[in-house]
Amino acid sequence: MTTVETATGASKTMVLNMGPQHPSTHGVLRVALELDGETVVKAVPDLGYLHTGIEKSCENLTYSQAITLTDRMDYLNPLGNNLVYCLAVEKLLGLEVPKRAQYIRVMMVELQRISSHLVWLGTHAIDMGAMSVFLYCFREREEILKIFERFAGQRMMTSYIRIGGVALEPPAGWREMIGKFLKMMPGRVDDYETLLTENRIWMSRLKNIGVIKLEDAIAYGMSGPTLRAAGLAHDNRKVFPYSSYEEFKFEVPTRTDSDCFGRYMVRVAEIRESMKIVEQAMAKITDQGAVRTEAPGIVPPDREKMKTEMEALIYHFKIFTEGFSPPPGDAYVAIESPRGELGCYIASDGSPKPLRCHFRSPSFVNLQALPRIIEGQLLSDVVACIGTIDIVLGDVDR
Amino acid sequence: MKQLRGWKADAVAEVIEFRGETTIVVPRELLRETAEFCRTDLGFNFLADATSLDRFPAEPRFELSYHLTSIPNKTKIRLRTRVSGADPTVDSMVPVWPGADWLEREIFDLMGIRFNGHPDLRRILLPDDWEGHPLRRDYPTEGFRDIPQTFLPGFKK
Repeated sequence: MTTVETATGASKTMVLNMGPQHPSTHGVLRVALELDGETVVKAVPDLGYLHTGIEKSCENLTYSQAITLTDRMDYLNPLGNNLVYCLAVEKLLGLEVPKRAQYIRVMMVELQRISSHLVWLGTHAIDMGAMSVFLYCFREREEILKIFERFAGQRMMTSYIRIGGVALEPPAGWREMIGKFLKMMPGRVDDYETLLTENRIWMSRLKNIGVIKLEDAIAYGMSGPTLRAAGLAHDNRKVFPYSSYEEFKFEVPTRTDSDCFGRYMVRVAEIRESMKIVEQAMAKITDQGAVRTEAPGIVPPDREKMKTEMEALIYHFKIFTEGFSPPPGDAYVAIESPRGELGCYIASDGSPKPLRCHFRSPSFVNLQALPRIIEGQLLSDVVACIGTIDIVLGDVDR
Repeated sequence: MKQLRGWKADAVAEVIEFRGETTIVVPRELLRETAEFCRTDLGFNFLADATSLDRFPAEPRFELSYHLTSIPNKTKIRLRTRVSGADPTVDSMVPVWPGADWLEREIFDLMGIRFNGHPDLRRILLPDDWEGHPLRRDYPTEGFRDIPQTFLPGFKK
């Protein structure tokens, strides 16, 4: 590179501002890049454009009210956010959830994982210039959103998982609906792989790009597919099972290449594994049984009981006006979200509102390794690296 | 736990067991040494989370929690230290786990706890010119800026 004389002196590098309004930063991430020609010398991510203060807002809501806020953090994984929050509150209360509700939760969260990976695959493909894959992925995701709409009445911000169970009984005809989806999906995943996996452009854009060593990935606290692509089969569903995951049979896909291509392969394999889990969960869910635990004063009573029983009406009124008070203490629960370890830390001081509610978001922690990954790479590969870490800015900034 | 006590009895000020989670309260001065020991000797190689809470108006008002995971041993532990409101400073964990970088910046930004030896202690979520630390309990949820004058104490028409 030739040295360029600028107004402030001789300069060899230039600073390029990528974002916050850049389509391939998947939201409003700004990265200040120092470039030497086309090579990235230094990268400084700048966040906070989507900070909404959800943790502060939670401190001013009762425990059950805050569920609707958790939907809005990671908007590609609202059910996972509901789940981690409810698990944390249930741990604080020492509440047991009926098995049937646990299986419904697992089924919904795994469908959510498929839909999240589909959005990732579609948007990442469009970043790399493969328009058609984007349309195919969103077509299949639409089917999942329709399932959610039938279950919860909402396509995205479902708030379906509640403290003590789930909001509603599965709708009529849900088995056929999900069964149809599971029948269609494997062929569609094969289609994506035919389009991408051995595609020469796709391979040259992803292979040996954005490599991070396993030690570094652990040291930076990376988790999820990014860590598994580096060769470590660490998955909270296997290592610290929650919501009866220990009863399900599935593999944890890993790769050892730790590059963008490896992360792609891990996610595609996870879509297939999630389908297996959904299938097992469907078999485990009985037609009859409770979807919510019996816990007067914590879990709202059935609608029918409220009309006939005095106590049920009183509890209902108390839950929605005053809320319930867990014992003083704190709890941290971590689940495996599509992006990695999603944690929720809740501290209670014995009042109906949390003293502190903190979310450990996988996108936030994974993103901090970005400078490490992209320094020394070409400018065009920055897009591939941001894409394969799979960040959701709602999750990063909260 | 026993290993930790055997290594340095002072390091374990208090042990809290709640809902199957173990919390070890460590004196502020010994936090980094203890963390170093946990990582190298006890195998807690993965820093899952770092967070803080504010018990205002009680003193010491801040509690800082580090959630550690040992990937080889499949165990979890929480290290906690209490920090006073008059001098909210703690040794940074970045030399022990590089992943603590942004987590500590977030705590600094929202709670106002300072970290000694942090390589780049700047605000991360809020703009650089923001006043105050919003997650403190004495910070109103609506913020200071947007409250109409009529609601502030001392307003006379």
